Amino acid sequence: MQLKSCVKNTAWIPGLFFLLVASVVISLTLGKYPLSLEEIFGFLSTSCGFGSMDGQKYELFKNIIVDIRLPRILAAVLIGAALSVSGASFQSMFINPLVSPSLLGVLSGASFGAALGMIVSHNWFAVQSSSFLFGFVAVLISVGIARLYRGDRLLMLILGGIISGALFTSLLSIVKYVADPYNQLPAIVNWLMGGLSMADGNTVLFTSIPIGIGVLVIVILSPYLNILSMGDDEAKTLGVNVAAIRMTLIFFATLISAMTVVVGGMIGWVGLIIPHVSRMLVGPDNRLLLPVSALIGAFYLVGVDDVSRLLFNVEIPLGIVTSLVGIPFFALVLKNARKGWG
Amino acid sequence: MLNAAICKKFPGFTVEVEFAFEQGILVLFGPSGSGKTTVLNCLSGLVRPDSGAISLGDRIFFSSVQGIDVPVRKRRTGYVFQHYALFPHMTVKDNVLYGVPGRHKMKVKDRYRMSVLEVLEMLKITRLQDRYPSELSGGEKQRVALARALMVEPELLLLDEPLSAVDHAMRKDLRQELRQLQRIWRIPFVLVTHSREEMKVLADEVLFMKAGRKTSHVDMAAKRSERGLLSGEAEDERTAAKIYPFHAKNHESPVHDL
Repeated sequence: MQLKSCVKNTAWIPGLFFLLVASVVISLTLGKYPLSLEEIFGFLSTSCGFGSMDGQKYELFKNIIVDIRLPRILAAVLIGAALSVSGASFQSMFINPLVSPSLLGVLSGASFGAALGMIVSHNWFAVQSSSFLFGFVAVLISVGIARLYRGDRLLMLILGGIISGALFTSLLSIVKYVADPYNQLPAIVNWLMGGLSMADGNTVLFTSIPIGIGVLVIVILSPYLNILSMGDDEAKTLGVNVAAIRMTLIFFATLISAMTVVVGGMIGWVGLIIPHVSRMLVGPDNRLLLPVSALIGAFYLVGVDDVSRLLFNVEIPLGIVTSLVGIPFFALVLKNARKGWG
Repeated sequence: MLNAAICKKFPGFTVEVEFAFEQGILVLFGPSGSGKTTVLNCLSGLVRPDSGAISLGDRIFFSSVQGIDVPVRKRRTGYVFQHYALFPHMTVKDNVLYGVPGRHKMKVKDRYRMSVLEVLEMLKITRLQDRYPSELSGGEKQRVALARALMVEPELLLLDEPLSAVDHAMRKDLRQELRQLQRIWRIPFVLVTHSREEMKVLADEVLFMKAGRKTSHVDMAAKRSERGLLSGEAEDERTAAKIYPFHAKNHESPVHDL
């Protein structure tokens, strides 16, 4: 009964989409220079050629909205959606409620890769590629270690992730150690704390393409994810090429979470918590779970970014806020984390 | 013709079995931990034997000598699991149609046998088509699992204790249906059980297993015809009951009926 109703429950998607759009518009008004909703709509209609706005004011608004606030909010949307979809698909494919991009070592691997890329080259494409490459290597190490030993598979994967994460954290320390202490090191450290203050139009544009493609592919593959989440043996006997599908999904789930590192550094806990919240709301069917996770994740990160921008006079890095919110929340839901796994 | 010679070592336990089987239902019978399911998994390809050879007709599934190991999805074997393993997010119809290739799925005949509609009809699950697995009883779930396994056009059907999670009354009906399906499909069924009753009713041949080894291979059909009995369910039951004490002597094992 529960499953049937959740399949029909697709009303969540437009509802959450509306909520997300509303949160984006409201976030545009928030900041050091407060704007009213009328001003936002006035600006939007002028840009579309309908309204009439004073030229000088228009330039000021354009600067605030298009150059500063919008890229940052879009970055929050992208990162929130990507981390949540990536976390949800990792959880489903490993049938393990405790995995997430950070627990599998993806974020550490990607951070190392991105830091290395930053030192070696200033080319965006190089930074992205190296970030993805090492994120992917980190997952392979976690999964490889889990496969190597017999025993509780759930536990072994977590341990594999811890080992892989630790490896790349120490490699990252080497990069930090050799980095130029006046320019490169502070940049790397600040960026790794997780924040969107450096998200500009270009960064968002460059990363939105791989993230968009990755999220889309995973959502399209969600029926297969349902099949993987039932167990390998069952899927194999029905003629499913389990290894190929799993590899494809790991590839894209890693790609999108590695890209979030390029934009915003290490933002933990989102990929673990949002899928759980979504699963509690709509159940385990990935066809619904993935889009809902994407929307809730985006909404959540836009909200958290508003808090990190406005709560104090000085901006606090986003990653610190997501951890501070995420840790107690996860401790509370841990008991129910198994629920809704069908 | 199914030919299998399987050797699989586990820490402290080795499964080593060799058998050939033509047609009908082969029952792998033995106590828990005698290696029955391992044999089934080797046939399906889920477990890779350390050495040996498995072939069905002229198709070689596995051969350690020739270095052949056909992946599970290419062996064309159906597998019915003890705990149904239905897709929880799909309706009965979608579950059954999962492995069916092509469009107009409902009407496509399994080459020369039955269409999905006919199979649903026969297994009495037509009216359940639009329900989800969570809304079904154990017996109904297993019927759906059976229909799904048959619809992928298998050339060999493997069943791992298919009736052990089904309630008693339902079990009797399902046994009859299993026999009937085998007669219609005319592919070998290999069924694992530790229930004597099930073995007696279902088996054309029985492979008795203990501690990873074959203790005897008995042709029940031959036994039946030796005694000049006609085939048929009632006779089958009686024949098996008559035959059975004979085996009980050389196969004392801690098997318990369900």
